[in-house]
Amino acid sequence: MSAALNDNTAGWEPLIVSFCCNWCSYAGGDLAGTSRMTYPANVKVIRVPCSGRINPMFVLRAFQRGADGVLVAGCHPGDCHYTSGNYQSRRRLSAFKRLVEFAGFEPERFEVRWISSSEGDKFAEEMTEMTEKIKALGPNGKMRDARWQSVI
Amino acid sequence: MPRTGVFICHCGSNIAGTVDIDQALEASRNFPGVVHADEYRYLCSEVGQDIIKKAIEEYNLDRVVVGTCSPRMHENTFRKAAAEAGLNPYLLEVANIREHCSWVHKDMEVGTPKAIALLRAAAAKAALNDPLEAPELDVEKRALVIGGGIAGIQAALDIAEAGYIVDLVEKDPSIGGRMAQLEKTFPTLDCSACILTPKMVEAAQHPNINLMTYCEIDEVKGFVGQFDVTIKQKARYVDPVKCTGCGICWEKCPSKTPSEFEMGMTKRKSIYVPFPQAVPMIPVIDRERCLYFKKGRCQICEKECPPQAIDYEQQDEYIERRYGAIVVATGYDQLDPSVYGEYGYGQHPDILTGLEFERLFNASGPTGGKVVRLSDGKPPKKVVFIQCVGSRDKARGMNYCSKICCMFTAKQAILLKEKVPEAKSYVFYIDVRTAGKGYEEFQRRAAEEYDVAYMRGQVGKIFPEDDYLVVRGVDSLSGRNIEIKADMVVLAAASIARHDAPDLGRLIGINSDSYHFFNEAHPKLKPVETHTAGIFIAGACQAPKDIPDSVAQASAAAVKAVGLLSKEKLLGEACTAEVDHSQCSGCLNCEAICPYTAITPVELEERYKDGTLQRTVAEVNPALCQGCGSCTVTCRSGSINLKGFSNEQILAEVDAICLQR
Repeated sequence: MSAALNDNTAGWEPLIVSFCCNWCSYAGGDLAGTSRMTYPANVKVIRVPCSGRINPMFVLRAFQRGADGVLVAGCHPGDCHYTSGNYQSRRRLSAFKRLVEFAGFEPERFEVRWISSSEGDKFAEEMTEMTEKIKALGPNGKMRDARWQSVI
Repeated sequence: MPRTGVFICHCGSNIAGTVDIDQALEASRNFPGVVHADEYRYLCSEVGQDIIKKAIEEYNLDRVVVGTCSPRMHENTFRKAAAEAGLNPYLLEVANIREHCSWVHKDMEVGTPKAIALLRAAAAKAALNDPLEAPELDVEKRALVIGGGIAGIQAALDIAEAGYIVDLVEKDPSIGGRMAQLEKTFPTLDCSACILTPKMVEAAQHPNINLMTYCEIDEVKGFVGQFDVTIKQKARYVDPVKCTGCGICWEKCPSKTPSEFEMGMTKRKSIYVPFPQAVPMIPVIDRERCLYFKKGRCQICEKECPPQAIDYEQQDEYIERRYGAIVVATGYDQLDPSVYGEYGYGQHPDILTGLEFERLFNASGPTGGKVVRLSDGKPPKKVVFIQCVGSRDKARGMNYCSKICCMFTAKQAILLKEKVPEAKSYVFYIDVRTAGKGYEEFQRRAAEEYDVAYMRGQVGKIFPEDDYLVVRGVDSLSGRNIEIKADMVVLAAASIARHDAPDLGRLIGINSDSYHFFNEAHPKLKPVETHTAGIFIAGACQAPKDIPDSVAQASAAAVKAVGLLSKEKLLGEACTAEVDHSQCSGCLNCEAICPYTAITPVELEERYKDGTLQRTVAEVNPALCQGCGSCTVTCRSGSINLKGFSNEQILAEVDAICLQR
């Protein structure tokens, strides 16, 4: 397993975990698919009912487990399927981003985006952009907990 | 350890073309808890579902993972199949390896490992899935239709005919909508009022329809089966019971203001009905314009009204009602073409929009049905029609086709020739689009029998010279520059979403596309449903459309509403929040954050040492909870979790996805 952890080689590909709300962003991701747009496979999406469901703990866990970037995507402010969930997430996650920075971790590794169900093109663009950005930034060496990988 | 079965769909070559199914199967067999893995070409087919059902029995599976299209597509199909095999449907998870994988990646080297990661995450989540039961909810047997145009009227009539009570809410003083403004309808040239007004009257008289004109939606709460809606009845200042609609008040009223119905081309009074066939025939006082409200003097209407129906003391009223289903049919606006400076709209009285021109044909319109120039009252000899004003214009972000303009232009050109036989029409178009029964024939008739000159090209400039309008354009087929000295120019201004559509969408909880037209749940298979269960859309609020399409869609929305209302009970959301009372500290942060007031404090009495202890904890009402999960994040003690999307499940997915390297 430890060989697989060797991320300093030229073949390193970043891992981006994206939490997407079911109603807008995940559907936007579906639309990117139905429209046959492309974005890097580095991005793996986890579906949650609402961006308001996203506990910062999930983001931290992703970084600890070796994700190089985390992108949260929700409905545009005002368009939340649950009326106010994305307002909650906006407040929580912007505070969380500052905390990440305060803790000395690159805040660029964590982004929040609003992508509607009709924005398949935006979904593909954001995922591509995030991947490019993380590629330039290099691997997440700081928060990853290598002990966990060796346990498995 | 769970006994998980993994089933991977080829979806023909849709998935199998980019994901190596054998490799994915092989990998799946090594996931923790997986005891069986299989594949099929079309898993959603009867045969495919049977494969899953049989395997559940044969291998005694207690968890199922399907690697297929999006869960938004077929999750229910597979859940149903699992349930038929005796498995709780919520023990099934979907790995979206089509929309989120095979369709967005181009080759197997990339698609296969990603599909495996998504399958692994789904299996890890499924291992933690609990059997869930959806709560049963009551259905209020009453429907709300928002918008009293032809779509709203049709939807209300159909629901009413099925035996349910409908409230038909219209923000204007009369129902009728855009169709009431039209003179004739294509492609048969029926008089619009002649086919619309009977329907308006039918709606008004139907025992199951409660007409609520001059009303606006103030608030929508609740959910499918039980929407709690507050409707604002704007003060009419006229007692609808006493009023006979005799019309003396608006005859005598001394104050005038531009008529909205006539597109501002003529005036109405401050007490008015918008048009002569208004339903109900009960006027309203425009408070902003009325001399009595402005200056405290006048009161002529009050003095003249025979049944003494005028009531200046009337107040706006707020009516609260519960509905099982809502149909939204709020129609469209016409683009204000003055944003296109080259057409000079608003700078010359003889440059009109399509709807304005339409009113000139109408006997009760601003010219009494005479087609004349508004500048000098002379009949126009040369009329230039310009298509796609604000439609199909990428540069201005208006990419869509307004769909009705080619046809209404052909109609108006025909009507013009009939009213003013010496008139000649010129149509500048990008493409002539006349798909529809009898439409192409109709447009050909305009061109061939009514001497309408169609010119492919665009107009660059319109400016007045002497007493005509110079229209300069290019015929893009011949490449020639064209200059027409026209008496009148008619702009086929785009159909756009109502200016208040975004606000209304927000209020009722449905979303819109980038042009603010309301979104259907599926562009092909759910054209009248929205993503909010129990709310349906019909007519031009969804996209520009003509009358037949609006009516068809309205009837479709009505059937959907009726289907819902006919149910005794609905199944609610199974993935709801749940409080672990033993951990809850009773801080009630969750209560404050819940958008559905689903969380309330309850008092617990617990045995403590020798006595009892009173303790306040939070409690979730599963009938109200919609499962957003925002409360779980705010909970300090971590005692609220969301069923179906628990902290543990999501973290298991994170772990599984991050394990792939």
